[in-house]
Amino acid sequence: MANDRVFSALADPTRRQVFDRLRHGPKPVSVLAKGLPVTRSAVSQHLRVLKDAGLVADQADGARRIYRIDPKGLAAVRVWFDGFWDDALVSFKAAAERTARKEKSKW
Amino acid sequence: MVGLAIAPVRKSVRVAAPPAHCFKVFTTDLFHWWPKSHALHTGLMIHSEIEPFVGGRFYARFDDQQEINTGFVTVWEPPKRLLFTWEISEKWKSHPGAGTASEVEVTFHADGSDGTIVEVEHRNFERMGQGGEAMREAVDSAGGWSRLLELFAGYSDQSYPD
Repeated sequence: MANDRVFSALADPTRRQVFDRLRHGPKPVSVLAKGLPVTRSAVSQHLRVLKDAGLVADQADGARRIYRIDPKGLAAVRVWFDGFWDDALVSFKAAAERTARKEKSKW
Repeated sequence: MVGLAIAPVRKSVRVAAPPAHCFKVFTTDLFHWWPKSHALHTGLMIHSEIEPFVGGRFYARFDDQQEINTGFVTVWEPPKRLLFTWEISEKWKSHPGAGTASEVEVTFHADGSDGTIVEVEHRNFERMGQGGEAMREAVDSAGGWSRLLELFAGYSDQSYPD
């Protein structure tokens, strides 16, 4: 499931940091890696995972690649909430009706 | 960068109980129905509720006595309407700014003599991300994406244990 990939991609703190840096705009790996306590190749690995999850996209710019946030991954966030509220409302309906019956039987 | 608009999530359910009852169950009795698996904290959830006033907390208490806020009530109109912000960490307190929160509106419409249509709209997801005027202010604070990501990381830890 696409959402599983999104969640596991974001579960790693360094990967979240890399992703977070793209908030401000597209960047090459060299810029993304600056100030992070991991090597540039580790950052590239993280970017690959984010890309597989649909969270970032990249394009070639001469010899280097420029990474940016991919809105499709954000759509997955919405899909997650969609399912979440489905579950929550089923549970809510059951609780509300159960307690309503109890109250009625008291009358 | 291009601002991203994310469509709201809209859900509705018909409940065989009057609006006032549904409103109470949704808020005061939250603990009895809110999916336990979606806690923002490890440990056992022992209580949760939406406090019955504007500014009230949507929070959960855990067996280590920690209380984690999901959000705050911004509209309290029983038995018809409820609006709360959707926050994801206690950092909210030190970084006030509703501009980075998504929000949830819940409405309760009577349906027949003994029924209620409950509608939930979870909207403004994009506020948590980039784009939007308010987000610009929060972008360098602990808000924005970091929070959203912590949220998903938290859920993810719960849902996909190693």
